Formats: sequence, structure tokens, C-alpha cells
Amino acid sequence: MAHKPSFMPRLEPRGHASPAMVYVTPLLALAVTLLAGGLLFQVLGFNAPEALYTFFVSPLTTAYGLGELVVKATPLALCAIGLALGFRGNVWNIGAEGQLTFGAIFGGGVALACYDMEGWWILPLMVVAGMVGGMLWGAIPALLKTRFHASEILVSLMLTYVATLILSLLVHGPWRDPEGFNFPESRMFSDSALLPVLLAETRLHFGALFALAAVVGGWFIIARTFVGFQIKVMGLTPAAGGYAGFSQRKVVWLSFLVSGALAGLAGVSEVAGPIGQLQPTVSPGYGFTAIIVAFLGRLHPVGILLASLLMALSYLGGEAVQIGMGLPLAVTGVFQGMLLFFLLASDVLIRYRVRFGRPQQEAKA
Amino acid sequence: MSVELLDATALLLVAMMRAAVPLALAALGELVTEKSGVLNLGVEGMMLTGAVAAFAATVSTGSMTFGLLAAVLAGMAMALLFGFLTLYLLTNQVATGLALTIFGIGLSAFVGQGFVGQTVEPMAAVSLGALSGIPFIGKLVFGQDPMVYLTLALTGGIWWFFARARAGLVVRAVGESPHAAHAIGYPVRLIRLGAVLFGGACCGLAGAYLSLVYTPMWVEGMTAGRGWIALALVVFATWRPWRAMLGAWLFGGITIIQLHVQGMGVDLPSQVLSMLPYLATIVVLVLISRDSTRIRLNAPASIGKVFHPEG
Repeated sequence: MAHKPSFMPRLEPRGHASPAMVYVTPLLALAVTLLAGGLLFQVLGFNAPEALYTFFVSPLTTAYGLGELVVKATPLALCAIGLALGFRGNVWNIGAEGQLTFGAIFGGGVALACYDMEGWWILPLMVVAGMVGGMLWGAIPALLKTRFHASEILVSLMLTYVATLILSLLVHGPWRDPEGFNFPESRMFSDSALLPVLLAETRLHFGALFALAAVVGGWFIIARTFVGFQIKVMGLTPAAGGYAGFSQRKVVWLSFLVSGALAGLAGVSEVAGPIGQLQPTVSPGYGFTAIIVAFLGRLHPVGILLASLLMALSYLGGEAVQIGMGLPLAVTGVFQGMLLFFLLASDVLIRYRVRFGRPQQEAKA
Repeated sequence: MSVELLDATALLLVAMMRAAVPLALAALGELVTEKSGVLNLGVEGMMLTGAVAAFAATVSTGSMTFGLLAAVLAGMAMALLFGFLTLYLLTNQVATGLALTIFGIGLSAFVGQGFVGQTVEPMAAVSLGALSGIPFIGKLVFGQDPMVYLTLALTGGIWWFFARARAGLVVRAVGESPHAAHAIGYPVRLIRLGAVLFGGACCGLAGAYLSLVYTPMWVEGMTAGRGWIALALVVFATWRPWRAMLGAWLFGGITIIQLHVQGMGVDLPSQVLSMLPYLATIVVLVLISRDSTRIRLNAPASIGKVFHPEG
């Protein structure tokens, strides 16, 4: 009996992961996101090219806009580099938002305590406090994971809600600005507690350098240290890591402490940078968007740097279409979600080929 | 006990059972999905999509039935996206689930923008005349809204499906050992897709309960982490339907305590009370997970692992 020719696409495993596809798929995903985004705008009754221009290009046409791009990319890159370290080792910290909030609380607490003081030492102290705060908040899921096997995904996420509520409690109560007409905000930090602006006429601040340092540090850990190698092995084949005597506990602890510290650094950089005080909300979800940034950047610090700029653009684009076209700000989240979906979907090309027709052996039979 | 106290207790219990409905529906759906070997972390995203779809459809058509239907379809559409990616494009289930949640939060906020501030008539409780008038058990047993009964029926149905039905056994086999099930000739990916879609439908309904019944309005991000608590409930239940229902009542109780403590004049900041469900989730997870053997014995063996029929 003759086989009917089949044109259903099949996935055929490649012998080796394709190195070219590792770089091609993020661009492919971006292209498809642009197409789908254009379609979405068209369906909503806007001129698609014009809307896409407003979203992706118009924010970058001014020096202030470029500064804002870096301002928003800074916390994203800081959080994502820490998360990527864990994701490589199959440790899923999705509570970077909470660790960021705790960094803001600790760093901001120092700023408020030193309100009447001046000195060069205040900022470094805030930065250290912020990192310690993020680290402490990250240590809880690590402890519960290593001691009680509790899912780090769920614990770190639950702690995000708790951290936000603690911040809200503080700015509604003991840390509220006594001259603030009962608004739930702290005092504005004194000048000694603010990160210097790097470029006049923009909000580009010193925190951007922290992000660059984290890129270099993250690359060093991943590419040049034994610990980085252990994390990678534990992520790819935990059994092999176990035989080699690598410790899963160590990987969990290290991932959470490093990513907690970096998220905390992002938090203190936000309150000592563009915000300048403690508010009930200190982040528009940077800690969650950083998950997308980590994947889009292929869990590699340099890739993350580029991805953080792109995701920062999605925030600016959301604001631009809100002001220019009256679309809801939530369009940012839609674009971010679509991009991650398309990236995950196109990643199948790294390990599989798409083939049409029947498998070879069957066709011969 | 006096009649007043009895009535007050009954009201508290009714409130607890209502608060438990969205948690139970989402947890039951996820339980079925996980039984087939798929971990879908997109519960929160599917609930939000269901909530906004239900609200939009009810406001537009004036019919709550259409609203519920829209929620089921919206939840299933999201689940289909997840199922296509994880089962046919073989993506990482954890990452794809997170993407589904992020996408659902954005999409629901986007769609719901035009519906903020509107209200719908909440679903009425069933009334069985004299029966509903019996003190204490009248309200508790015969006077709840229909979704409470639906949730209980669903719990029993899922228990029966996995414990007694042949089809349930097949789903379990697919979750425990997909390669063996494939070798016998069962369509592993289709069965898993079915379980994922069922999960999506339940999560959509759970969202609909929030936006149509529990607080009849649309608020951005109104699930407030309930999807994640539902995921924790599945672990707490060690993948057993009645224990998931029990867990949902427990958390419903915590939610109600949180609302009533302030009413009774206890001087605690509202934020501390709002933390209770999240802290309780962590405590429950720690208590249940510390016995890792028990989790290993009960968890579907292939959960979260990619399955490709050609090896």
C-alpha cells in the first residue's frame, strides 16, 4: 500500500545543539513580536507602522529618552544577572521583586536614619545595607529549600507579597514623612543619600555603573570560576554533579544569596536614584520582567545587558503609546509576555530541526 | 448555644466556603494537569484572564451564563497556548508557565481597562424555601451560591475519575511513565493536552468566581496571588482532590479571619493581616515538604519533564 505524502511538520532531534540558533532565535522572536504587536495595534484600530514607531522608536529620539532607557535597564540587568545564575543551576528564584523591595527598605532605612547627617560614607553604607537586605530576603527560600525541600518557586513568590506589605506598613506608619500631609511616603532623602546623576538633563544615575560591574562580575563567575562550572553541571545533569561530589545545597544557597544581593542593590539604586524616597511601590515589576530579560539574554551577562535595554524600551514604549495614543499602560506587559512566548517557542530550533514529510525509514518501507 | 451565635457561626462558615471556591477550583484544575505529568505555573495568569473575560462578557451581554462560558473558554485558550508550547514545541514547563502568568497579567489589565469601576449583579444564592430556613444548616447546606455546590461536585468527580475510572488510570499512567504509556499506544501528548485544557477551564472558572460573585467587579491583578496559593495547595494535598478542598477551606478560613479580626476591634495594622495567607502558605509548604519521601511517593513521577515521542 502506497503511503500518502504527508506535509505535517515534524521535529527531528539534532545531534548537537545548534550554536547559530542560540543567537538567531532571540532576533526571530523579536521579529515575530513586532509582527504580532503590529497586528494587535491594527485590530485595535490604529495605524500599525505609526503605532510601532511610537512604541519602539519615538522614546529614543531625545537625550532624556536615552537616559531613561538606561535608568530602566539598570534594575532589570541587576536582577536578571542574579536570576540567570540560579536558572543555569535549575534554581528558580522568581521573587526578585521582593528581594528588590527589601533592598529598598534596608537602604532607604539607612538614608532616613542618617537624615540629619552629611558625609561620603552614607551612600556606601546604604548600598551595603540594600545588598544585605536583598540577601536576607533571598536567604529565606534558600533555607527552606535546603532544610525542608519547600519549593523555592512558591516561597520566593509568597515573600514578594510579604515584602511589599512590609514596605507599605513602614511608609504608612513609622517612616511616614512628618511634614507630608499624611501621604504614605517617607521624607525625601538628603543629598548625601542620593546617587549622583551622570549626565546633565537626564536622570541617568550612578546605578548604571553597578549594573555594568554586575555584568563583568557575572561573566567572571560563570565563565572563569569553579563555582560557575558547578552550577552549570548541576543544572544540566544533577546526577553527574552528584557523582562529581558537587553539592546541590551549595548551588541553591549561592544562587539565592547572589541574586538576592543584586536585586537588593537594584532596590537601593532605585530609591537612592530616580525615586529619592520610599513609596508604597518602588518598582513597576522589574523583578518579574527580569525573568524575561534573563531568558532573552540566554542566561549570559552580555546577552542580559542587551535584553535589559530592550525590555526597558518596552516600558518607555508603553508610556509613549499611553500618552500619544491613549492606550492603556498594560500594553507593556502584553508585549513582554508575547516576546517571552515567541522566544520559548523558537528555542525549539536550537535542539530540533523542522522537517516536512514522513521520516526517512518509514518512507523507504 | 443561642440561636444568634449559631447563626453567626453559620455565616462565618458560609463566608469561609465562599472564599475557598476560587482556590479550590484552581487547585483542582492544576491537580488534574499535574497528574498527567505537566506542571503549569500559569494558574495566576489563567485566573486573571478568566476573571476579565467573565466580567466583560457579563457586562456586555447581561447574562452571567455567558460570563461563565467566556471564562471557561478564555482559561482554555490560555491553557492551549501553554500546551502547544510545552507539549509540541517541547519548551521548558517552568519558564513557559511563568510566561503565561506574565502574559495573563498584562493581557487582562489591557482588556479590563474599559471595565474598571463597573459592577454586575452578584450571583444569587440558591433558595430551597423551607429547607434554607432551617437554623444553622439551612444557610450552610441549602443556601449557598451554585458555584459552591459545583466545586464540591467537581471534587467528588475528580476523586472518582482517578480512583475508579479507567480513563483516570490512563491519565495517571501518562503522568507516571509517559514512555511506557506511549509504548502501549496511548496518545501521550493528546491526553496531556486534555488535562492541561481541563486545568485552564477550572482556572478560568476560578477567576470568574472572583469577578462575578466574590467581589462583583473587575480590578487589575484582583487574584492577588491566589493562583500561586492554589499551586501550593496541590502540593499540600499530595495530589488528592478531597485534601485540596480541605486545604482551600483552611485558606478560606484564614482569609475570613483576616477580614473579621479588625471588625472585632483587634488593633493590628491591616498590612499584617493581609500577610497572613502568604505566610500561612509558606508554613504549610514547609510542614508538608519536610517529609520528602512522602512527596516523592505521591508526586506524579514525570512531572515537569519534557516528553518527545521520538526519544
